[in-house]
Amino acid sequence: MNEKEIIASRIALELGDGDLVNLGIGIPTMVADYIPEGKHVTFQAENGIIGLGPLTEEETNIVNAGGMKATIKKGGAFIDTITSFTFIRGGHIDVTVLGALEVDQEGSIASWIIPGKKVPGMGGAMDLVTGAKKVIIALKHTNNGQSKVLKKCSLPLTAANQANLIVTEMAVMKVEKDGLHLMEVHPDYSIEDVIKATEADLIINDVQKMKGVN
Amino acid sequence: MKKFIKKNEFINLLKDEMTISVGGFLTNGTPEKLIDLVIESKVKDLTIICNDGGFEDKGVGRLIVNNQVKKLIASHIGTNPYVGKLMQESKIEVELVPQGTLAERIRAFGAGLGGILTPTGLQTIVENGKQVLEVKGRKYLLEEALGADLALIGGAVADDYGNLKYSQTMRNFNPVMATAAEIVVVEAVKRVSEIDPEDVITPFPFVDYILED
Repeated sequence: MNEKEIIASRIALELGDGDLVNLGIGIPTMVADYIPEGKHVTFQAENGIIGLGPLTEEETNIVNAGGMKATIKKGGAFIDTITSFTFIRGGHIDVTVLGALEVDQEGSIASWIIPGKKVPGMGGAMDLVTGAKKVIIALKHTNNGQSKVLKKCSLPLTAANQANLIVTEMAVMKVEKDGLHLMEVHPDYSIEDVIKATEADLIINDVQKMKGVN
Repeated sequence: MKKFIKKNEFINLLKDEMTISVGGFLTNGTPEKLIDLVIESKVKDLTIICNDGGFEDKGVGRLIVNNQVKKLIASHIGTNPYVGKLMQESKIEVELVPQGTLAERIRAFGAGLGGILTPTGLQTIVENGKQVLEVKGRKYLLEEALGADLALIGGAVADDYGNLKYSQTMRNFNPVMATAAEIVVVEAVKRVSEIDPEDVITPFPFVDYILED
């Protein structure tokens, strides 16, 4: 498995049977490929699908939230933006998985702007992290050697204190009231490796081997 | 029966400095023929309300590339590099609005409300310049209603009465934008004689004109 596959497959284990889940663009989209057989998860796409299916090459007016041609599962529904964000903001989404530029030990997330460099916009991300019951952040642990898991985000926030779980290729970390707990470490790394690669303060109690990876 | 509108009649509705809301999500459900006509009209200094900045060769992105847009109100502009270029040159004003907030601001206008209270954007730069109100112990941003002079609606299956339903995910912002503009013009992807009343998404009184094929 490459780094992205490790992150996606680990996050898939967090999804419960019957959950309604919104996946962001990039690594989060890959989570759908690792849902264990027998577990029923319904995916929502914020542009207006309950029951998003796989991508397709066929002619269709269905797109996913990345604008790519997609399919809808049996029993699904097309909805308008108002209904879609009623799901999202109203607490009807069980889990949202999003990428981020930075995340910090207080659960604050930065994902939509690098001032003066890149201003793609927030899209639906601010509503998703504000309204979903559980927010999982999927990101590479470092960028050019610099930790992306910080004491305090330096970039403008997507939301403050909303991340619940952070999954990288190195580790699984849980945001609690008393700080950021190191829960699991990938077998290729030691706890020391993770501490060295992390700017945030990690609380270390009972650390397990990362689940769901080979 | 609804009034059908010819291309030149639609062009006559357009004026400089208009605020135009345009349906679609990354151009899925965007009325491209109506955009062709806005380009043909050469109107300028428009304020465009749309989920995103489209692409340089598709959707509202074409109006931006054609330098007809003074201000863009959208949730995402990452798919159209030209918007970023114009922003750097201070040739376009861009108001970035969280997607759910954008939809609800438009809904509020269409429903006769002054605005909405949302937790989205609290403690971020979206909060700048806005009132924070506390209701039952929770904080919310006051986001003002947002309407348009003209709404351009796409992705629609239209019947002879002007009732609409929408094709697949082309629905997105179209139904809400059809409630929140002085004039609402529809480009149909398909025409039918009658939509079952149980299936109508946008009832005909919201619709002013349907573009003739």
